[in-house]
Amino acid sequence: MQRIGVFVCWCGSNIAATVDVDRVVAEAKVQPNVVFAQDYQYMCSEAGQGIIRNAIAEHKLTGVVVCSCSPRMHENTFRKAAERAGLNPYMVEIANIREHCSWIHKDKEEGTEKACVLMRAAVAKVLLNSPLKAGESKVTKRALVIGGGIAGIQTALDIADAGFEVDIVEKRATIGGRMAQLDKTFPTLDCSACILTPKMVEAAANEKVKLYTYSEVESVGGFVGNFHVKIRKKARYVKDDICTGCGACMAKCPSKKGLNEFNMNLNNRPAIYIPFAQAIPNVAVIDPEQCVKLKTGKCGLCEKVCTAGAIDYTQKDEIIEEEYGAIVMATGFQPIDASKFDEYSYSTCPDVVTSLELERLMNAAGPTGGVLLKPSDKTHPKSITFIQCVGSRDVSGRGKCYCSKICCMYTAKHAMLIRDKYPDVEVHVFYIDVRTPGKNFDEFYRRAVEQYDVDYIKGQVGKVYEEDGHLVVQGVDLIANEQIILNTDMVVLATAIEPDPTARKVASMLTASIDTNDFITEAHPKLRPVESPTAGIFLSGVCQGPKDIPETVSQAGAAAAKVIGLLAKDKLLTNPCVSHSNELLCNGCSCCEKVCPYGAISYEDKLINDHGVRETRRVCVVNEALCQGCGACTVVCPSGAMDLKGFSNKQIMAEVDAICR
Amino acid sequence: MPINEANQEIKKEWKPKIVAFCCNWCSYAGADLAGSSRLVYPADVKIIRVPCSCRVNPMFILRAFEKGADGVILCGCHPGDCHYSTGNYYTRRRMTLLFSMLDYIGVEKGRTRVEWVSAAEGVKFSTVMNNFVSKIYELGENVKVGDLRCKE
Repeated sequence: MQRIGVFVCWCGSNIAATVDVDRVVAEAKVQPNVVFAQDYQYMCSEAGQGIIRNAIAEHKLTGVVVCSCSPRMHENTFRKAAERAGLNPYMVEIANIREHCSWIHKDKEEGTEKACVLMRAAVAKVLLNSPLKAGESKVTKRALVIGGGIAGIQTALDIADAGFEVDIVEKRATIGGRMAQLDKTFPTLDCSACILTPKMVEAAANEKVKLYTYSEVESVGGFVGNFHVKIRKKARYVKDDICTGCGACMAKCPSKKGLNEFNMNLNNRPAIYIPFAQAIPNVAVIDPEQCVKLKTGKCGLCEKVCTAGAIDYTQKDEIIEEEYGAIVMATGFQPIDASKFDEYSYSTCPDVVTSLELERLMNAAGPTGGVLLKPSDKTHPKSITFIQCVGSRDVSGRGKCYCSKICCMYTAKHAMLIRDKYPDVEVHVFYIDVRTPGKNFDEFYRRAVEQYDVDYIKGQVGKVYEEDGHLVVQGVDLIANEQIILNTDMVVLATAIEPDPTARKVASMLTASIDTNDFITEAHPKLRPVESPTAGIFLSGVCQGPKDIPETVSQAGAAAAKVIGLLAKDKLLTNPCVSHSNELLCNGCSCCEKVCPYGAISYEDKLINDHGVRETRRVCVVNEALCQGCGACTVVCPSGAMDLKGFSNKQIMAEVDAICR
Repeated sequence: MPINEANQEIKKEWKPKIVAFCCNWCSYAGADLAGSSRLVYPADVKIIRVPCSCRVNPMFILRAFEKGADGVILCGCHPGDCHYSTGNYYTRRRMTLLFSMLDYIGVEKGRTRVEWVSAAEGVKFSTVMNNFVSKIYELGENVKVGDLRCKE
């Protein structure tokens, strides 16, 4: 005879305000096999857990139902409490009467009724639970970081610092990411390269860190602690262990039409190139789209001038297979395409640039050597107008609904740097709001306004067009409540940032969930911000949401700490809710084997004793270490031999019955 | 409350019984998000958590209709985003067949639905539930699917 205890949580007023907790308790007491029911203000508190533990001991409970918040929140808490009292942790079921009930229903009568039904369903289910024991799996003590920007580099360095091996996969030919393209950083005006490049060198020099640049993740298999990853190392056509990075090939290359991606396509580069002077690894790469030798078979100049003999036109993509215990996503961002906003004439007027392009135009290593010149005629501009929120906070569907977070600050930085270097240049900024939360951020913005006389205009811009060799900005000043028509020489668009286009592909390989904006979803927005709900997958940097460099670096450290915590374990407990087959019913048809995404099912010839008849039959065997418990096999099994522990056919049917009663 | 009295009360004001199967990784989390964002949808929807939408055996849905459900909705991760890589593809095919069959035996197409709701789509979850429930109200009370094996 089963003895069930039901515990109803008030969650302060979160549940108790819309659910009559006393009625749920009274209703619970009349359920079959329920021998104890009690409510408490906070079941998850130590005192609340104490009530559960005491009741298990006192009433010899064989099963526990907690009516509280989502099982995604506190299932583990209550399982542990049960375990401390000597009850198998899998004899606990949660009725979600907060997220799925009290928080969404206003009417107390309705809420209470629904809570009773959910409680009944959980009691019906727990009556069919059986004690389960978690298995163990090994942990491969190596980590993979996808993305070699500041987020990926910092995560990798922190993991390596704890003594674990870590690989960085970067799709571009060099690590460094977006931060390498920046000139100065807010709010301290540190030179970006001066703080980033030492970290890049450190990553390359650290013997625990291995860099796979110009490489992409091809496929991911396995699960937490045991990921198998295939990495495609794209053909560079240059042997990276021989190239010395002297640059002789770049000087001789006759094809100089390739767009320089590092400089935001503002100038050209040869077909064989090193992305920028401080690139890591400092190895050339051939752009097969531009290389005359690869396209026509004629040329071969770079091979002739390379004294090291590093050029290899026959190089092919290489697939490398590696094993990892944890994977960190640090895929970063890109600015959105400004050309879809016709009103700003970005595609037609060369003097309308994006902020990242301005960053390159002001950088000493950029296309103009750090001298700010109009891209159209290479003359000195007299007036520059900044437009904020281009594609950010845009609900029209053309842009992004979110705030990109960094634009207010980098625009203040740009405005300040321009006024500092060229006091004769007028600077106007059109903004919706200036958002400066952050240490020393508001002080920084005020300096731009007060000390550097930057003209901030609250209002949006409707149109930018070219007239008589200069640009005209039509906007509105919301404070003066008047239309403004400004003549200006350059317009800078603070374009929204969006996740790198590879993020979606990588996330789906990792089965990490992704939101409607393609940012990776955290396991919990507040309490587990650097983990994906998928075990063993961690998040670092802008792939999780817009953030600036200090936030990225802190998050990178946090992700590394979580990875280290995982890799420090020798064994991981596996999910015991796995499939199992009833050998007496199995007819060896192989249907389950075909749908299993993990290859966890195999067949064996076994001696079966079927009601006294002994015979050898081909039956299914589930490898519990590989099974992840999706249940695909249970539904395809024609003989009903397959079932899933913890979510058995009978358990789910019992829930259905309880709900439809 | 005596059973007869309870039955009479139900007859007075019909409330639909709606079962929602939600996969643990996307839709159940989406429902949690709808909850924590306080996005209201009718209390007639009762959610059953399953590891993956592909865990939902057609048997469960038949059972629900047999026991008097007025609607069954199945929610999973968006195609391509399944936590188990391929589960929701099976669901999609399987339910297409099952729902056609159910329609044939008299459970109208509007009473069954498959929706993809990600963990970040709290708004979508609540919108889907509101739409589904109003569709069920439109269709009215369902006729119980009988099990001929145990006819009394």
